[in-house]
Amino acid sequence: MSGQWETQSVHLHRDDAGSRMGMWLFLFTELILFGGLFIVYAVYRYAHQAEFHLAAQELHSTIGFINTIILLTSSMTMAMSITALQKGNKALSMALVSATLILAGAFLVNKFFEWAGKFANGIYPGSPELMNRPQGEVLYFGLYFVMTGLHALHVVIGMALLAVNLSFIKRNVYTGENTVKLETAGLYWHLVDLIWIFLFPLFYLLH
Amino acid sequence: MAKAHVTSHEPDFWNVQTEHKGIWAWLLTKDHKRIGIMYLYAIVSFFFVGAIFGVLMRLELIAPGKTIMEPQTYNSLFTLHGIIMIFLFVIPAMPAVFGNFFLPIQIGAKDVFFPRLNLLSWYLYIIGGLLAITSLFLPGGPVDTGWTFYIPYSIRTTTNVIPALTAAFILGFSSILTGLNFITTIHRMRAPGMDWFRMPLFPWSLYATGWVQILATPIIGITLLLVMIERVFQVGIFDPSLGGDPVLYQHLFWTYSHPAVYIIILPAMGIISEIIPVFARKTIFGYKFIAYSSLAIAFFGSLVWGHHMFTAGMSTTAMFIFSFLTFLVSIPSAIKVFNWVATLYKGSIALEAPLLYALAFIIQFSIGGFTGLMIGALSIDIHLQDTSFIVAHFHYVMFGGAGFGFFAAMHYWFPKMFGRMYNKKTAIVAWAHVTIGFNLTYFPMFIMGYLGMPRRYYDYLPQFQPYHIASTIGSWILFAGLVMMIVNLIRGMRSGEKAGMDPWGGTTLEWTVDTPPPLENFETIPTVTTGPYDYSRYEIAAKEAQ
Repeated sequence: MSGQWETQSVHLHRDDAGSRMGMWLFLFTELILFGGLFIVYAVYRYAHQAEFHLAAQELHSTIGFINTIILLTSSMTMAMSITALQKGNKALSMALVSATLILAGAFLVNKFFEWAGKFANGIYPGSPELMNRPQGEVLYFGLYFVMTGLHALHVVIGMALLAVNLSFIKRNVYTGENTVKLETAGLYWHLVDLIWIFLFPLFYLLH
Repeated sequence: MAKAHVTSHEPDFWNVQTEHKGIWAWLLTKDHKRIGIMYLYAIVSFFFVGAIFGVLMRLELIAPGKTIMEPQTYNSLFTLHGIIMIFLFVIPAMPAVFGNFFLPIQIGAKDVFFPRLNLLSWYLYIIGGLLAITSLFLPGGPVDTGWTFYIPYSIRTTTNVIPALTAAFILGFSSILTGLNFITTIHRMRAPGMDWFRMPLFPWSLYATGWVQILATPIIGITLLLVMIERVFQVGIFDPSLGGDPVLYQHLFWTYSHPAVYIIILPAMGIISEIIPVFARKTIFGYKFIAYSSLAIAFFGSLVWGHHMFTAGMSTTAMFIFSFLTFLVSIPSAIKVFNWVATLYKGSIALEAPLLYALAFIIQFSIGGFTGLMIGALSIDIHLQDTSFIVAHFHYVMFGGAGFGFFAAMHYWFPKMFGRMYNKKTAIVAWAHVTIGFNLTYFPMFIMGYLGMPRRYYDYLPQFQPYHIASTIGSWILFAGLVMMIVNLIRGMRSGEKAGMDPWGGTTLEWTVDTPPPLENFETIPTVTTGPYDYSRYEIAAKEAQ
């Protein structure tokens, strides 16, 4: 009994199902965070249908499409890295996490050029060019920058999580079946992907 | 319910040696009890800041025209009173202090599921709180929008809206993490034999609260973020001059802020459900109904936000639906009140301070609830909207209800937390001051609001003055009572009589561990074989005595 007291193991106990549950609960909060934005989008799209239609034609659906492919692929490499780790292949797992990171970086680079192009055309929040346009277009681009911006922020957070996990794998933090941290990071990464799956049609495809 | 206690030689959690020394033993602790104590100190401090702002506002209103401050100061005071009391006191108060300290013990666990996350949420709370206080002193002046941050004023005013919004955003994050932690803890860490319906009612209420925290708080997060973005970048999402819709802001704001009142009141209801059976020496009446009604309140409470906006512009159909749902949500609340009263019936009642606060809770919460039904009715709301009637209703629920629940919990669990007992007589005198002062402060607001006194006004017509004088005098009695209460508790902490393991005769698990509890709560995790409020031994004794 007394031996048990000296360690503080209880504060660091392990229960993988519980850890995953915590992450799922957190993902609910993320879904609802974006859910608020989707509601705002729906309300304004309903109110300004024609202007949303016009403004949407100014986005490059090709860039959006490429970014969708990039993120979907990154979700695949993410899932594969977990399986690799579970099968004990540390090197492959690290390579796959790195691939995920590179794809995430490529997504952000694409995003950067897309935004920069808009800025070059004088379209950014509060710009004189945008202020001369009808309100529906102001709202469309306002939502576009806010929603894709918040999503990009989540990509950055996800990359930070993945980078931490990369160092965990390298330092042999994961032993045996204990891969739950990488799994929860993977769950988060899939959410980032999922949000994009909704953003892409709403802004790029729905003309 | 658990087997006989064996005295351990382990130091209690206050004195235990951990890997960190000095102040770091607290600031880096992962122990849910220490985190609960740190929350308690911070939350009570913020409460007194908010209370002083409230007393100053009341003093200003003792006479029409200027009394002690300029109108702009008054606007900032009611805003900060609201922000502090809501985001820093009453939303986190009960889950963060008593939930942290007692949830793991009550379900027979050694800690919460995510101890490190728990510490993080304390830090987020402190950062948010300090940011809110700092915004007072930054150039630009204290925020003056009211705690509701209504558009378009909140994107036009030059005061420090962004620091205040950031503070509320960070505090929301802290609240989400606490809720997430508690839900996972309750799902994964109950002791053997502690099935859902052997769980005490305080964990039940925290469970329902946790879901509301998780599902509602992100909405306020994104909404406040959008207001900040609107102020900085003019994206137009809320700004009417760019096509935005201020009423949409109100919808989003209340989609969180109405469920937030259930984040506030549900744990208080849980606390009352703990206290009543102990001081009536009776098994709680209708255990399952109380447990389920917490879930029902959480569910229906998430669907009634529109009743804050009956005069803001909404379709008649929507108004009818929101009004109807508002009436529905009163049913589970009433079920709880009936069950508490039925538990008291023919009980062997000990009128100690915790029970007195609980009884005041029941009466004041009922007044708050009934007046809530009045203003949830469409026709009456047109008359009472934006009057001090609303202020009175709100304070009867949030202060007369939740605030008193917090005080009840402080007096109930104090001996377990600090290992000592406060002066019981002084506690009752303080209770009398707080209760009389509370009712004298807020009841006149019902009357003057009904007569047409608008809320948030700096000045008023002379005919309202008698009510304002009564209310202001009430605020002095109330504040005196609060000071008396806190001084009594601090004295008890330092030099009170040593408290035993179970000073009140409670039957839940926290009364089976040492006072104060050791670091890991239980030497061996107990196996639970009965429900939480087993007073059959008293009931049998009572029958034998007849």
